[in-house]
Amino acid sequence: MTAILEFWDIIRPALGSALMLVGAVLAVIGTIGVLRFPDFYSRLHAASVTDTAAATLALVGMALLAPSFAVVFKLAVVWLFLFLTGPTSSHALANAAHTAGLQPLIGRIGKEDGGEG
Amino acid sequence: MIGAAAIAFVVAIALMLIRALSGPTLYDRVLAVNSIGTKIILLLGVIGFLTGRPDFLDISILYALINFVSTIAILKFFRYRSFQVSLTRRERGGTK
Repeated sequence: MTAILEFWDIIRPALGSALMLVGAVLAVIGTIGVLRFPDFYSRLHAASVTDTAAATLALVGMALLAPSFAVVFKLAVVWLFLFLTGPTSSHALANAAHTAGLQPLIGRIGKEDGGEG
Repeated sequence: MIGAAAIAFVVAIALMLIRALSGPTLYDRVLAVNSIGTKIILLLGVIGFLTGRPDFLDISILYALINFVSTIAILKFFRYRSFQVSLTRRERGGTK
């Protein structure tokens, strides 16, 4: 048991740093997607990579590096806020753009199988 | 390795700033600002662990709150051109 705990104490900082680096790389990848995608709605899809995977991986990495449980609690609060507000703001953005009449690049979904053919 | 993560977040913020400055529509700019806010939240936490002071997470929580509220406020303002409009539905047929 103590051997497992010692091994965990050795591997914990390296694992936490690696998870933080993976999260940061995912943030860069999502940003490249936002820069290169041709359409607002596809850019929204690329930006959601940052909101979910990058945030979760970076916060789990920070939790592995945390010195006390109060820090882990704060990280959990940050994660909960991002988990609740990220999809809400994405939905608000897409709803506002759709209400304002912004068309997707391929046209409206369901137009070609609608009445006009 | 934590420093590399911080540098990667800074690079992501700088790249997203290009989209915020050159977005064709308003919604691209709002999306870019919202995404920059998320990345700044994570960057604050990373900087806190980089300098050995995890108290930066308090600022991070505060920034998460302000980021969400500002996104909703910007969208509401550009839909109604005013902050005075109630977002709840009227009881029976209000006068628009």
